[in-house]
Order: sequence, then C-alpha cells, then structure tokens
Amino acid sequence: MSKIIKQNENDAGVIKAITTPMQRRIFFKYAGAGAALSTLLLVSCDDDDDNGGSGSTNSGVDLGSADVGVLNYAYALEQLEAAFYTMVVGHSAFNTTFSNALERSVLTDIRDHEVAHREFLKAAIPANSRIKDLTPDFSSINLSDRTAVLNAAKTFEDLGVAAYNGAGKLFTNSGAGLTYLTLAGKIVSVEARHAAEIRDLISNGSFADNTVIDNMGFDKALMPNEVLTAAKPFIKDTINFSNLPTQ
Amino acid sequence: MNILNIITEIQKVDPEVFDRLDSRRKVFQHFAGFGKKLAATAVPLAFGSMLNKAYGQTSADIVGVLNFALTLEHLEAEFYKQAVTAAPAAGAPAIAVTALTTIRDHEVAHVNALRSTITSLGGTPVALTAANFDFTAKGAVPTVFTNYGSMLAVAQAFEDTGVRAYKGQAGNLVSNNAVLEAALRIHSVEARHAAHIRRMRRDTPAIAAQQKPWITMKDRGGLPAFTQGIYDGEELTTQANVPIAGTFGTVTVSANAASEAFDEPLTREQVLAIVQPFIRM
Repeated sequence: MSKIIKQNENDAGVIKAITTPMQRRIFFKYAGAGAALSTLLLVSCDDDDDNGGSGSTNSGVDLGSADVGVLNYAYALEQLEAAFYTMVVGHSAFNTTFSNALERSVLTDIRDHEVAHREFLKAAIPANSRIKDLTPDFSSINLSDRTAVLNAAKTFEDLGVAAYNGAGKLFTNSGAGLTYLTLAGKIVSVEARHAAEIRDLISNGSFADNTVIDNMGFDKALMPNEVLTAAKPFIKDTINFSNLPTQ
Repeated sequence: MNILNIITEIQKVDPEVFDRLDSRRKVFQHFAGFGKKLAATAVPLAFGSMLNKAYGQTSADIVGVLNFALTLEHLEAEFYKQAVTAAPAAGAPAIAVTALTTIRDHEVAHVNALRSTITSLGGTPVALTAANFDFTAKGAVPTVFTNYGSMLAVAQAFEDTGVRAYKGQAGNLVSNNAVLEAALRIHSVEARHAAHIRRMRRDTPAIAAQQKPWITMKDRGGLPAFTQGIYDGEELTTQANVPIAGTFGTVTVSANAASEAFDEPLTREQVLAIVQPFIRM
C-alpha cells in the first residue's frame, strides 16, 4: 500500500499534465456532477493501476479488458492456487510431511476446490479471450516442510480473498457483470473458509486475527496491481493487467 | 484506493467539494493530519457514503440492504456477547472463549460500521437490543447458553446464514462501489468465522460433528432439523450451466467437492425465514 501511494506522489505531475483543470471544467459542464465523479474516480484509480510496480504494464500475458478481463484475473489466481495444491498433494513426501490424516484430507479438499474453480473459470471464459495456461514457480517453497507449505497456503488464500474482495466492484453493474459478481461471491467465501482453516492449522485461533482483519471488522481488499505484485514471485509469466477496469 | 488522491482530483474540477461535504469538512482536515496509509485503509466506507450524499446518489435500496445486514449483525453481536460470558460455565475450553471473543468483537465492529454508514447515507439504522432476540429459537435450543455444543450449533447456524445473506445482497449494492466493497469485506470475515466454528464443532470430542469447514452438499452437520433452510440449495454441482465435477488432468473433483467449492446465496426473504425463530419484535 505504501509503495503504491509513493508512486502516486511521484506521478502527480504526469497526472496533472494530462488532466488540467480547464479540460475538466469543460467536461464537467456537459457531463454533470455524477458523470464527472465517475471519471474522476477512474482517473484516481488509474494512478494506482498504471504504476503497479511489477514492471508488467505493457507486455506479457494480457488479461484483457472489461468483465472478461476480470474473469481472466480470477482465472490466473485460481491457476496458481490449483497448481500449488496439486503439487503439494502430489508430492512424494506428502504422507510424511503431513502425517496427520485430517490435515491431508483438508489439503486434498482444498486442491479439489481450487481445481474446480480453475476449470469453472476456464469453461466460463470464451476461448478466444481466455489467457493461456500459466507456468507457476514454487521453487522457493520447500514442499517437504509442513510449515513452509502451510505458510505459502496462507499467503495464497489470504491473497485470493483480498483479490476477490477488491475485484467485485470491477464488474459491470448489470447483465453479465451482475452474474459474474454473484459467481465471484460464491467462490470468495470458500477461499475465506480455506484461509481460516489453513491459518488454524498453523495456529489454532488465528482464522481471523488482526494481521488480516482490521479494527472495523473488515477483511482485506486489494486491487489487481497489488495482488499480482504479491503473486509475481510464484508465476514465471509476466502478467499484463493494464487493460483491466479500475473501478 | 487512495482517498486523499481522489479528493484532490475532485477538487481540481469541483473546488467546492469540501463545501458540498460541508459539516464533514473538519473530518477531512483531520484525515490530512494522519498518515495516508491510515486514511486509505480506514476511510473508504464512510468516504463513499459522504460522496453519495454530497452528489445526491443516496439510494433507499442501499439503506434497506444495509439495515437488513445490520439486523443480522445485531443478532450475531448480541448472541456472542452473551456466549462469551456464558461459555466457561457451559464447558468451553479457554481457547474457545478466545475465539468467541474474537468473533464477538468483529460482529460488534460490523454493527458500528453499518450504523454509521446508514446514518451517513441519510437513513435510520434499525435499533435492536438483546431484548429483541430469543436465542433459544422459541424453545427449540433451551440450553443455548448452558451447553457448549448447543452454543456452537447456534453460532454455526448464524455464521453460515450470514455468509449466504451477504452473498445474496451483493448485486443490490453495485451502484455504490464503496458500500459493495465493504459488504464483500464483511462477507469474507463471516466465512472465516463460519469455517472456525465448523472446525470447533468438528474437533470437540463431545460434539464430533461429521463436517468440514466448508459445506458439503446440503448437510447441516448435526444441527437441529429446523435449521435445514440454512443449507438447502448448497448442494449445487453445476454453476452457470458448467458441470463442476469431473476429472481434470490428474485430479478428480467429486460431486461433494464440487458442492463445497461454491457457497450459494440466499434471498432476503429466505434469510428472514431462517432467523425468524430467533427474533422477538
């Protein structure tokens, strides 16, 4: 968060140059306050998103725009999660790394759910708009170390929850966009259930501790630039999110 | 979202933005004194409400949805207040009392956040107290605060209902992004609570509920039969005409896993029917 705000400050001059008060005032005159407000929020959010710090703005796997772009964004994250748990559960040392049968059952369930999410999104996104199969990179995670696996799982689940929470508003407000919002809502609460259980496996009672829930009782919500920056170390491909909606 | 940045942008074209926000002006000046990070994380909900008021976009529908959510949050908050007090004598271990306290604090915070949002949208928050609720469900769960298993059963009923209730209202909040995002952020907290309560019921030997942190088909995990409405409809294995079960590469997704992978929404009417036994009006 602080990183992004810092970039906003750095880019303040650029933003000012392309949106001078005079141009704004003319637009305002014709468009009315409501429309101007939307445009302004868009400009403000652009500050965040065009300078995400991942260096992936103009190249790599293009998530695309509009509702389909947001679905591709979700699809990218579900690919990452599904690949992670498939690797964890399929690892030759899985039964010894996780000697507790209940823990193996939990991780196998989560793998199945993430594969279900991935395959659902794959089927829901038209083939000609869908991003390719990404290449994950879990080389930094010791899959024979229970703590390392669970900590990585916690990162992915908390990130997934925050990503969906931040993406809900990016869908269009009617028609298919409403349908996608509902579908995303069906998925995010399952991700939150995963996050809680993984956290409790690490430390019972940490399902919703103050590292993830704020003093208003709110979970995190993150924008695509923040999420993809956090996910970047685990994906070999470069992700281009610059065409996604920003509000 | 960087709140201060947005305000600055608005001020460029609408120099009177602070006057429009009028009495709230001092609030903004106050924010400016804090670190930006604090303002950006703590303010979005109230800020969105202020903007909507300032530009005449207040929606009675949104207030209605928020009062519906507030009713559920009051129900939960009052329940956990009493549960935390009663839990030790009811047989709850210390770690469970801690968890119930964590959840209580979240539900109380949700009540406060919703109340202030409703007020800032020009609405009137529903005022409910402990006297408005009957946590025995009109006698169906007489030991709700004296038996640990009964207490957790009611907690699970409320949490799993809350998740479905928020999910069902998301589409009614899309005209206000700040409120929509706030609702989603509460929604996932309810899901974390639900998962933990379900785990507590699974792992407590005296309860040993045959269930998981996620909902399998429409199984109510040993809850009393009158709670079945909380789980009906969760058994879907097809989403948007896409069959979810199947074999994909090396992984086979069973019908059970397919139902677990997606939580389902409930309508306001369905939710009110579920919580009706717990409400005295």
